[in-house]
Amino acid sequence: MPDTELMIPTMAEMAAKNESPEVLFWVGCAGSFDDRYKKVTLAFTKILNKVGVRFAVLGTEESCTGDPARRAGNEFTFQMLALGNIQVLNMYGVKKIVTACPHCFNTLKNEYPALGGHYEVIHHSTYLQQLIDDGKIGLQGGGSFKGQKITYHDSCYLGRANDIYEAPRQVLETLDAELVEMKRCKTKGLCCGAGGGQMFKEPETGKKDVNIERVEEAIATGATTIAVACPFCMVMMSDGLKNKEKEDSIRVYDLAELLVQANEL
Amino acid sequence: MVLAQQILFLAIFGTACWLIYQRVTLISRTIRLGKAEDRLDQPSRRLSTMLRIAFGQKKMFDRPVVGLLHFVVYAGFLLINIEVLEIVLDGLLGKHRILAPLLGGFYTVLIGFFEILALGVLLACLLFLVRRWILKVDRLQASRHREMNGWPELDASVILILEIVLMIAILSMNGADLALQRLGSSHYTPTGPFLISQALLPIFTNWNEANLILFERIAWWLHIVGILGFAVYVTYSKHLHIALAFPNTYFAKLTPMGTMQNMPEITGEVQAMLGLPTDNPGQAAVVPDRFGAKDVSDLSWKSLMDAYSCTECGRCTSACPANMTGKLLSPRKIMMDTRDRLEDLGRNMQQNGGKVVDDGKSLLGDYILDEELLACTSCNACVQECPILINPLDIILQLRRYRVMEEAQAPASWNAMFQNLETNQAPWKFSPADRFNWASGRSS
Repeated sequence: MPDTELMIPTMAEMAAKNESPEVLFWVGCAGSFDDRYKKVTLAFTKILNKVGVRFAVLGTEESCTGDPARRAGNEFTFQMLALGNIQVLNMYGVKKIVTACPHCFNTLKNEYPALGGHYEVIHHSTYLQQLIDDGKIGLQGGGSFKGQKITYHDSCYLGRANDIYEAPRQVLETLDAELVEMKRCKTKGLCCGAGGGQMFKEPETGKKDVNIERVEEAIATGATTIAVACPFCMVMMSDGLKNKEKEDSIRVYDLAELLVQANEL
Repeated sequence: MVLAQQILFLAIFGTACWLIYQRVTLISRTIRLGKAEDRLDQPSRRLSTMLRIAFGQKKMFDRPVVGLLHFVVYAGFLLINIEVLEIVLDGLLGKHRILAPLLGGFYTVLIGFFEILALGVLLACLLFLVRRWILKVDRLQASRHREMNGWPELDASVILILEIVLMIAILSMNGADLALQRLGSSHYTPTGPFLISQALLPIFTNWNEANLILFERIAWWLHIVGILGFAVYVTYSKHLHIALAFPNTYFAKLTPMGTMQNMPEITGEVQAMLGLPTDNPGQAAVVPDRFGAKDVSDLSWKSLMDAYSCTECGRCTSACPANMTGKLLSPRKIMMDTRDRLEDLGRNMQQNGGKVVDDGKSLLGDYILDEELLACTSCNACVQECPILINPLDIILQLRRYRVMEEAQAPASWNAMFQNLETNQAPWKFSPADRFNWASGRSS
């Protein structure tokens, strides 16, 4: 499906037509501005278009959830952003949110309620798994991943923070690929090194960068694809592969991108 | 002679109880230096967490071999206490094996069961020493982890050796008792052979009655004085987890691990700043003395209980991505520093008539350094690893709040990020007007 045919309505447009969507797609800052992650955003909207879900985005009315500010210790900036977002979301009467960013997911789901924002929040891995379970999206034919090794890197804010370990793996299982686990996975999964505000600063002095430690584990599995479900993990794993000069032999993809590739959407 | 022993026993027992009472009072007073936080909600869920995690030791079995060894020591600790009850009664009343006539044949079975546990504890503690001293398990080595240098390393060995000595005392006491029973010694009522200690009988073959009685009495006193001494020692040691694991798991956080504690005290101010209606109009906002935490008194009481509950096993540190890549941060050190600070304040209170007098020190700066805080990725691996639900991340994030909100001390790149968030509503320097450009090709 060419991008030009994608329907991506905004909440404002829908409200003007007196319509409301089934689900709001929360794009997040990386999904909006990061060149690499914009591809994930488009892949996910392709899937939403394909299955015919009535969704909308906030467009320019969306702001950062405030997660990096809060983790860095700046509660004022966090609450400014959070209260602003909650005002917009409540104005549109949003009930259900899906997002491809585990940090946005965690903040919207676990931290907005204390500030008056109560929504059903779903991470796109769970959402994709539900679409697969409902038979709305599935693999036709063998798929381009047959026989390939894929390893899944757990995002801390999805896994330990919110106990989501199986949904992303179930999505990957439909690809008919060989899913191989890294030495440290699921509850024991090793961080990519970007959480807690680390994405926005240089690492402290040490003997190694965290993403190098993690990417070495991924390489050791022999996988040719590292599947991720988080924009920060994607940056860190991609940088790690470049550092190891493996960026041509091992690719980093988000779950939604893999589904789009496998289904030739 | 019996009376003299009774008086001596009462004196030792009373002193131990008094010392423990003093320590428990001091520890609970320092925990209550922390900020109030309600952890009494959802009692049935809390109870079930405590039963699974502390009583059932669920998380210890993540590592099955160590989990099993630890379970043996734990079960021994719990159940052998029933025998200690008998010993205390004997000591106070001047009796010998007061429960034997009451329980009859079951008594022999019961002691046999305790002896199996005692042997298990003995072997498990030996293996724990092997892991520390010979196998040199990384997370337990002072040479690899600076926070283990000195007292913490010694403390761990002292506890294991004490437990071994106590178990040897109980088994040899029973063995000598059996030998005396066989000799028909008047005070030693026959109980039938005990399961494990009967194997010690050959040692006592040619001993006369007087020497056997002397040996039995020494082992008896060593065992009970050892246990009372151990109980006092525990209150000064990392080993306090044997008691605090239970309340600590009961009061553990029940929200998803990713949730950071809200600061409702600033919400009114932010609402006013944004021109939003405030939650409680007309009421003057209660401004806290301090944003975040600089010292232990700014932390939740639960973080302080966490600190006393930590047994320094280092599972948190061994799973910490910052620590394993050579950064200064060690979650175990965060907990140990917090306890060290509490101990210092406890002494401070004792010296100043129950009040803390400012000593010019604080947890942040004098114990925990900025570089440690800044290395944290908030990945929750430390929280996940802790077998008794200690949360080092809560402390780290509270200390960060103080540095950033009270002192505006953040790395320059974080300040730039904050500024971007405030002006562009994104952590990077992009215009908010461009936020929807990713969909520029769409058909709407």
